[in-house]
Amino acid sequence: MNNIELIFPEIFISLSIMFLLILGVFKKNSSKIIHNISLLVLLITAVITFNETLSINPTTLFNESIIIDYLSSFMKIITLLAAFVVLLISSNYLRTFKIFKIEYPILILSSVLGMMIMISSNDLIVFYMGLELQSLALYVLATFNRDQLKSSEAGLKYFVLSALSSGLLLYGCSLIYGFTGSTNFNVISTQFNTNEYAITFGIVFILVGLAFKISAVPFHMWAPDVYEGSPTSVTLFFTMVPKIAALTVFIRFLYVPFLNLIDQWQMILVFLSIASMLFGAIAAIGQKNLKRLIAYSSISHIGYALAGLATGSNEGIQSSVIYMTIYIIMNLGFFSCLLMMKRNNIYYEQIDDLSGLSKNHPLLSISLLIILFSLAGIPPLAGFFAKFYIFKSVIEQSMYFLAIVGLLSTVVAAFYYLRIIKIMYFDQEKDSYDKDHNLWLKLSLTVSTILILMYFIFPSELIDVVSKINII
Amino acid sequence: MNFPILSSLILLPSIGALFLSFTKSKSENKITTKYVALFTSLVNFFLSIYLWFLFDQTTSAFQFVEDRIWIKGLINYKVGVDGISILFIILTTFITPLCIISVNNSVTKRLNEFLIAILVMETFMIGVFCSLDLVVFYLFFEAGLIPMFLIIGIWGGARRVYSAFKFFLFTLLGSVLMLVAIISIYWITGTTDVVQLYELGIDTKYQNLLWLAFFSSFAVKTPMWPVHTWLPDAHVEAPTAGSVLLAAILLKMAGYGFIRFSLGLFPSASEVFTPLIYTLSVIAIIFTSLIALMQEDMKKLIAYSSVAHMGFVTLGIFTIQQQGIEGSIIQMISHGLVSAALFLCVGVVYDRMHSRLIATYGGIVTVIPKYAILFMVFTLAALGLPGTSGFVGEFLILMAAFKDNFLVAVLASLGVIIGAAYMLWLYKRVIFGKLINSELKKMIDLNKSEAFTLTCLAIPTLYFGFYPEPLINTIEVSIRDLIDTYNFSVASKK
Repeated sequence: MNNIELIFPEIFISLSIMFLLILGVFKKNSSKIIHNISLLVLLITAVITFNETLSINPTTLFNESIIIDYLSSFMKIITLLAAFVVLLISSNYLRTFKIFKIEYPILILSSVLGMMIMISSNDLIVFYMGLELQSLALYVLATFNRDQLKSSEAGLKYFVLSALSSGLLLYGCSLIYGFTGSTNFNVISTQFNTNEYAITFGIVFILVGLAFKISAVPFHMWAPDVYEGSPTSVTLFFTMVPKIAALTVFIRFLYVPFLNLIDQWQMILVFLSIASMLFGAIAAIGQKNLKRLIAYSSISHIGYALAGLATGSNEGIQSSVIYMTIYIIMNLGFFSCLLMMKRNNIYYEQIDDLSGLSKNHPLLSISLLIILFSLAGIPPLAGFFAKFYIFKSVIEQSMYFLAIVGLLSTVVAAFYYLRIIKIMYFDQEKDSYDKDHNLWLKLSLTVSTILILMYFIFPSELIDVVSKINII
Repeated sequence: MNFPILSSLILLPSIGALFLSFTKSKSENKITTKYVALFTSLVNFFLSIYLWFLFDQTTSAFQFVEDRIWIKGLINYKVGVDGISILFIILTTFITPLCIISVNNSVTKRLNEFLIAILVMETFMIGVFCSLDLVVFYLFFEAGLIPMFLIIGIWGGARRVYSAFKFFLFTLLGSVLMLVAIISIYWITGTTDVVQLYELGIDTKYQNLLWLAFFSSFAVKTPMWPVHTWLPDAHVEAPTAGSVLLAAILLKMAGYGFIRFSLGLFPSASEVFTPLIYTLSVIAIIFTSLIALMQEDMKKLIAYSSVAHMGFVTLGIFTIQQQGIEGSIIQMISHGLVSAALFLCVGVVYDRMHSRLIATYGGIVTVIPKYAILFMVFTLAALGLPGTSGFVGEFLILMAAFKDNFLVAVLASLGVIIGAAYMLWLYKRVIFGKLINSELKKMIDLNKSEAFTLTCLAIPTLYFGFYPEPLINTIEVSIRDLIDTYNFSVASKK
């Protein structure tokens, strides 16, 4: 048992969860202190991950069931930082709804732990364990505002559909286990017989399960309802963090054991990608609620990330990771704006509530303008580069159809982003919103906007970091 | 050449815009903000004149080249000018200050933000004409959509939302295919550097598709028939300064793109598709001229005439002869000056009467005589009277067209006649005739700033009409070199 230090981050975070639980039980009114400690835990874990594991050679632990390499460390850091920011900016929202409770940060920590296990998993069982740990925490988070009907509905819907997809996923795992005799990715890759169709079935089932977790079309039905019903801060968490983990598993599962079967799964990925891009773009047009709109927009964005994965090349994986990183920054900015739309302790989330925002809140609306143009992929903002890298790797593999459909759907998507801008800038103004926002909220909006706006000055940095990811 | 003059040209307006964004937009600040913007754009103008002064007309190589690593191992930030692009840069820096002067009357709300949008727009437009890397070009080309969308949408007329959306989505749809083509070029040749691509050449088997992809973008932007429909809407609804920028410079991006990229990078495909361009150009010239004849809205009429004029430009470019391309560039410069002036003229009467309908006016020659004189100069320049810059361009284009294809040239000449008809008729109905509408008697003649901007535009229009040598000298060598390369690569294919 050498190398144990490589899973220090996971050990640290699970010990913290237990400690915080006990603290919460024995100390009255401890929600604020637990909130702050959780923030610290996430930050420390990120630092440990950065120090201990980022620059080491790929190493496996526990009978090769856990792998620590650059991809896993990078994704863990992104996950932890994203969760950190979510927790940081959600306190005011939670206080408004009187759900500022000890469970909230602890649930977020638990789901992050589950995701970290998923990200590192090199074995179907370990992967499933991590997946369930994060999902269980997420179900509860979705219903966290339990006095509201919509929130409870969201949680229930998420639970039922997610359990179904987990079932499919397990079935796929069992098929693969049955035909290869192992659950370990490395063993599977040497054991399986390419002519065995049952393995393809297994892959399909697992892909369905994973596609559900990242809400790719046609397994996206839960996303709009759950995103709308959940508390906004939880929606923010949903749109980013679980997707990072699921995407990493996608990469690991497809590229480690089953790279030789690329002919089989490439078609599926191309289909998922095209369907998500197009459907997300078209369905968002009719939305009136900003959270539903962002749900469809996230479906569309995940389509682009999948397009990168469908290429079967290292560049494709890297471009997907870049895409997700930039997407997370844009999303953080967008939700920071959403969390600022508060007046007299009521949060507004309809698109019409943005009407004439530019008159009363020029800075907020210019930030939102930049974020929306970036989400639409208009140069010179960061969102353009994200798409550029994706299409660069897609065209490298001569998948012109995928590239053209993808780019055409950006035109469709541009329409609904423009609609929001139109409402903000061209329409009559309404009453102004509160201006005394949490410092962290302002900071997260400012930082994300500046990153998006200034990305074009230093585009190489992110590529340098990501280009160390080498799976194949 | 150590001083990065082109990057300064690109960055200066943005720095001015940044400066403006920190000033509060209060009523007492309005004059200050305007002077800041004007000062920035004037500095830029003199810088570009200085650039022209330094420019070496005897070589076709790119000058003032700056080459920096931007995205490591992928794209370099590379800018430079040759004879083809330098005139467009000067046109841009010349028109922008005039736009800023003209906002006096037409823009009443959010002046500060309007000026920021115009300055940012200037950055992108200069960037388009300087960039020597396809990705950098695409970046500037597309980025221009954002400020223009806001200019039309925030400060536009009644149907501004529809027009702004149409403008944005049409152009974006055209451009995305160009992005696919650019990335494909990267994988085919290993570079997106235009200079290297000129040397390497692109395999002929890819050229046709790539040409079409670029064409889809440029055709929308030019605009060519049948994708021109966004232009009248955008022009009509945009505020005066927006229309001026749109007509004078934005449309030129596509013409420039045709010369620089379609001809330069895909010679054999250009040869293949010349009949297509000829057909579309001739249809554009005749069809939109006829439509222009029937317009009741002055801005719409000028917008359709822009489409017809750009038809001449594309026709001239694809004759692929010295005179044709020279004519096209001069026609673009001339159209930049004249259409800008015409939109300003419409703006002048619109600010007074709040109507763009031709029927509102009539007989105002006695009320506002100065205006009538300047308007006449530009009307005549638009229809290509000898002695105005419009004539030089059209004449050269038609000369080249006659050499190449008699029928096309005859049809295009027909367009010139209809062009004369609609412009003169417009002038007659607005300026002459009986003064029926008694409201018109209260109109005040041009104020100082209006007279100044229009005179500024009239001087080069007439000067280059009589003496186009400076323009031709600047572009001649670069075009000759372009045509030699073209002929060489087409001949070597056969």
